[in-house]
Formats: sequence, structure tokens, C-alpha cells
Amino acid sequence: MNNINDTLIPKIGVITDVRIDTPDIKTFRVVTPDGKKAFDHKPGQCAMLSVPGVGEAMFSITSSPTNEEFMEFSIKKCGCVTDWLHQAEPGQQITIRGPYGKPFPVDDVFAGKDLLFIAGGVGLAPLRSVINYCRHYRDRYGKIDIVYGSRSKDDLLDYKEIIEEWATDDGVNVHLTIDNPQEGWDGHVGFVPTYVKELGFDTNKVAVLCGPPIMIKFTLDGLCEIGFDKTNVYTTLELRMKCGVGKCGRCNVGAKYVCKDGPVFRCDELEELPSEY
Amino acid sequence: MRKCSLEKINLLFKEIAKNAELYLPQDQTDGSAAYKKWEEGSVWSNALNTVRSPKDFFFPQTEDLMAFKTEGKNIEVIDTRKALDDFVIFGVRACDVKSFDILDRVFLSEPVDSFYALRRSHGVIISLACSKPSETCFCKTFGINPAEPTGDISAWKTETDIFFESNTQKGKELLEKLSALTEECDDTAVVDQKAKIDAIMQKLPLKDLKTDAFGGGKTGELFNAPEWDELSEACLGCGTCTFVCPTCQCYDIKDFNTGNGVIRFRCWDSCMYSDFTKMAHGNNRLTQKERFRQRFMHKLVYYPENNDGLFSCVGCGRCLVKCPISMNIVKVMKKIGGKKGE
Ligand SMILES: Cc1cc2nc3c(=O)[nH]c(=O)nc-3n(C[C@H](O)[C@H](O)[C@H](O)COP(=O)(O)OP(=O)(O)OC[C@H]3O[C@@H](n4cnc5c(N)ncnc54)[C@H](O)[C@@H]3O)c2cc1C
Ligand code: SF4
Ligand code: SF4
Ligand code: FES
Repeated sequence: MNNINDTLIPKIGVITDVRIDTPDIKTFRVVTPDGKKAFDHKPGQCAMLSVPGVGEAMFSITSSPTNEEFMEFSIKKCGCVTDWLHQAEPGQQITIRGPYGKPFPVDDVFAGKDLLFIAGGVGLAPLRSVINYCRHYRDRYGKIDIVYGSRSKDDLLDYKEIIEEWATDDGVNVHLTIDNPQEGWDGHVGFVPTYVKELGFDTNKVAVLCGPPIMIKFTLDGLCEIGFDKTNVYTTLELRMKCGVGKCGRCNVGAKYVCKDGPVFRCDELEELPSEY
Repeated sequence: MRKCSLEKINLLFKEIAKNAELYLPQDQTDGSAAYKKWEEGSVWSNALNTVRSPKDFFFPQTEDLMAFKTEGKNIEVIDTRKALDDFVIFGVRACDVKSFDILDRVFLSEPVDSFYALRRSHGVIISLACSKPSETCFCKTFGINPAEPTGDISAWKTETDIFFESNTQKGKELLEKLSALTEECDDTAVVDQKAKIDAIMQKLPLKDLKTDAFGGGKTGELFNAPEWDELSEACLGCGTCTFVCPTCQCYDIKDFNTGNGVIRFRCWDSCMYSDFTKMAHGNNRLTQKERFRQRFMHKLVYYPENNDGLFSCVGCGRCLVKCPISMNIVKVMKKIGGKKGE
């Protein structure tokens, strides 16, 4: 029976590097046993990782598709699978299947536009893939603004890459913020939604929001207040998932399956759905 | 059309069972009927339908998906799928045959579910017209005719004979193998039988149930209907309705440690359960009202929206019979559908 593929049957992945990002987030580099990328993906898509005997869970592929060597996942410790992964060491094998979901429209809608990326906490994980994709094809996009906030300086994901690579790029502006004042932090202090309003962006750009539901809600309201149209704002949803392909019946919001029709949604489309997410 | 005298029915079953496993409804000691494998001496049940639907044949309550062997840091994925032999399911009612179409649209759409597809390709379905539809039947509401069941072969039973007509190549081949036990006949008796069934249908209490208030695109109108509160109030969240339902398809994937390796299996799950959508940062369906609403909105609005208007209920009536608090899709349709539901 080995000749019939089934999306539920995963491939083997090897963890080749583990980076400690924050007290509860680590970033894992994954390749196949022969050292390749497990599959191609587009920015915003996800993969199911599993530890046999422990379980399976869905994660955003945080590395850019333009990275041809490996995939990366930034994983927050919060349960069985994630706890187990957090104690894994390089060389550990896991399983991987995907890619799942509809990506960000980077090659059509985003092309030629100024882009505003707004993330909170581990919400940077899906955005990092898009940001690095757009930085790779820099001439296809206009100005890029990145607003990123976390509880504290120590909770900022990908801090080194943000400071050393993103912030030094031409035409890329990075705006970091943390919730409360902290010794050794001379940057902005305050919540993301308020910071976005203070920064007051011009509204003829595409905005992409990722983070906890409450942050998304207030930031979206803020963007609308300063004149953004919901048709230019994208976000991602996160619901419980099992199959990843619209069959196990778990992740629907109204008639849409987040695993298959999302996780990327345009905010005006999201508004059409029942508020059950 | 071919017929076989009911006196010879066991010979017919024996002939079918020579080449393929044969399953048919048989009476259980508790008085209910269930699909069981035919063996010499098995008795075909007279019951109108089985308690469990025949979805088990294609989407079993639990099934192994794969196995893993782990050694140190290494993992091996073992494909546990096995080749299957053909099997025959005899006596499937029109509503249940239709449920296979509804499941097909889920499991056979891209990416195809190979586990389901394999079972489906090996199953031969002999359907059976309902001589006595019951007061909990409302298949007609969904355009299903109990006198004209589909499947690979359709069958009609009268007092004395059973009549067969094949609908597919698979069905034709099977009927040919049974030619020594059947004889060619005209359809007079079947036409008569269909008229009798129609007459019963005219008298059923649920004959006027309508779907007009439902269908794709109705989410905005129905999602916040105040009636959901009252309808869901007594629901126990037991999931019985989803387990007996031939079209409910939600599943869970779990790992089982055998001590010697890991088996990953899937099993039926229920949107009526409180942990179905539970996540680390919360649950998007916090109360039973939301879970209850999900089940019925899925069947009457979301599924049709994604499947050319086809509803995900076949009116089999199982949930009407089995719900411990007597809540069911008919009450939902009448209440939410208002006047349009009658
Ligand atoms: C599309 C998508 C993308 C995601 N991307 C990332 C990512 O990039 N990084 C990251 O760290 N996490 C991500 N998640 C969340 C991640 O899937 C969950 O944190 C993970 O499933 C928890 O698994 P666990 O086995 O460790 O927890 P479990 O032991 O299963 O559960 C611990 C708690 O988490 C709950 N839980 C189960 N599934 C989920 C879920 N899907 N989301 C949230 N809580 C859940 C359980 O109900 C329980 O309350 C994503 C989820 C989705 C749906
Ligand atoms: S919802 Fe009830 S009547 Fe409809 S198919 Fe399911 S069990 Fe049968
Ligand atoms: S509707 Fe009835 S059968 Fe279904 S979960 Fe509620 S109590 Fe159980
Ligand atoms: S995860 Fe199974 S339907 Fe979306």
C-alpha cells in the first residue's frame, strides 16, 4: 500500500537546531533525514508536526519559502506536544506533514504596495515568513513598516534578526514596543493597538495583523479609526485542528474551514463569518 | 429486472458469500437490528433499519492510520494500510445509500482520504426499498425516495419474492453471478410495491417538513436566531445523535502506545462535546448552545453552502429515536424554520 499517498501519513523530519528565543518560545530548524526541505510552502502556510505517542499539533512555518535549505518553527510551550519539543535536542526526529492552508496573497495583492506588518507575541511567527519573503523580493514591494510588541524585552521573538537585519534594511522601518517599562529598554512602552494609532500610518497600504485575538480586535478597530479599509487588512485565525484538510470537522467558522480556507483571512471576509473564533 | 423467491433467499446469500464477505441486518438479542456478517444459519432481519448506520463500513468508529517505531532519536513510519477484499452490504435503505454520497463529498474530495477511498472502492451496495416507512422517517424532505433506493443494485421485497435491478457495472457483474438463483421478470409487482410505499409516505406525520428556511447563504439570518437558546437548553452533550447519524463525519486523531511502538488511529468525534474545540488560549464554543447550533447549522446551512445545496441530513430518523431528551433535527427545523418549516 506504500504507493498511495495520504496527507495524514507524515514524513520524518530531523531537528537540526534549537534556538532559545524567549522564556517560553524556541525556534526549531527542521529538515528531512537526507538534509532537504520537507516540502515547498508559501508565506502564511502551516505544517503539522508530531511526536509519536505524544500527539500532533499545527504550527506556522516561520521561515521564508525563499529559504531553500530548511524550515523553521517558533513554538510556544503550552501543552503535551510543545512541552516535549521544548526538551528535544538537535538530532531528534519528529514527523511533519503539510503544507496546509491558504497563504498571504504576496504575489498579487501585496505586489507594488506599501506594507504594514503588526504582530503581538508569538504572532510574529507567521509574519516572519512573509516579512522575509518581501525583503527577499524587495523591489516588488513599496515601503515596509513593522510594528511588533511583547510583554517584555525578553519576550520579543527573533530579536537579533529584527535588530541586525530588518532594522538595517533600506525602506524597512521597525517599531518595537513592550507592555511595561523595563531596565535596559529605551524603546517604546505600551500596547500594540495604541502604538499603531500613535504612529498614525497613511492608509493606502496593505496591513497584516497577527497575534492574540484581543490584540487583533483592538488593532483592527484602531486601524479603521485612522482610516484603513478592512479590504486592505489581513489576519490569521487559530482554531483547534486535527486533519488540516477540511475533513475532521473541527476548525470551521460558519461554512469556512480555517485549515483549508484560512488561516489567512481578509478582515472584510472575516466580518461576514459568524463571530465564533 | 430479476427476481428470486424469498424461499431461496438463503441460497442467494450463500452464493454471494462465496465470493465476498456479505453483511446484512440481523436481529440482536436486545431486539434491535445491526449489520453483521452472514454465516450459514444467519437470519435476515425484518426491521426497518439498523440502530447504527452503515457508515461504519467506510468510516469505521476507530481505525488505525499508521504505526511508528522509535529508537533513540529516530522514528520510523509504518504504513499499516492493508489490501482489502470486496464485500457486499445487503439491505441498505434509500436514506443510508444517500448518506454515502454525502460522506463521499468530504472524504473523496482533494486531498482524497485513502482509508475511506479504499473501503469505498471494495464495497458493493445492494439497497432495499422500504416496505413500511415509519413515523420518524422524513427522507422525502431531502428528495430521497424510499421506493427507489440507489446503490449498485436496487432491491424490492414483496410477500413472496425479492426483485433486483442493477445500477452500476459492479452491480451488473454481481447480478450475473446470481443468475442461476434468479429469473428474468417484468416490473408489475415492483410498480405495485412502489405505489404501496407512496401511499404510506402520504400518511407519515413528517411528510410536510420543509427545508425552505435553510440552505447555503443563510448563516447571517439563522446564526443568531433566539430559538437556539431554548432548543439547546436541555441538550446533554452526550453525542448520541452524532454517533448514530449516517452523515456525521467529525473525527479525532490519537496516538496509542502499545509498549512496543505507537499506533496512530482515528475515531469518531462529536461537535457536541465540550472539549472538541478547546485550545490553550480558550474555547471558541464555550457553551452547549454553541455546540448544538454547530451541529444543526452544519447540516442545514454550512454543508449545503459548500456542496451545491445538498443537505447533510437524509431524514433517517435515528436521532429522533435515540436522543435521551427527545431533541432532534426535526424540532430544530420546525422551530428555526418557523412557518417555512411546516
Ligand atoms: C493555524 C495554526 C497555526 C499555529 N501556529 C503556531 C505557531 O507558529 N507557534 C506556536 O507556538 N503555536 C502555534 N499554533 C498553536 C499550536 O497548534 C498549539 O499551541 C498546540 O496545538 C498546542 O499543542 P500541545 O500538544 O502542546 O498542547 P495540548 O497538550 O494539546 O494542549 C494544551 C492546551 O492547548 C490546547 N490546544 C490544542 N490545540 C490547540 C491549538 N491548535 N491552538 C491552541 N491551543 C490548542 C489544548 O486544548 C489544551 O488546553 C498554531 C495553531 C494553528 C491552528
Ligand atoms: S440528523 Fe438525524 S435524521 Fe438526519 S441523517 Fe442524522 S441521524 Fe438521520
Ligand atoms: S441533541 Fe440529544 S443526542 Fe444529541 S448531544 Fe444533545 S442530548 Fe445527546
Ligand atoms: S483541521 Fe480538520 S477540518 Fe480543519
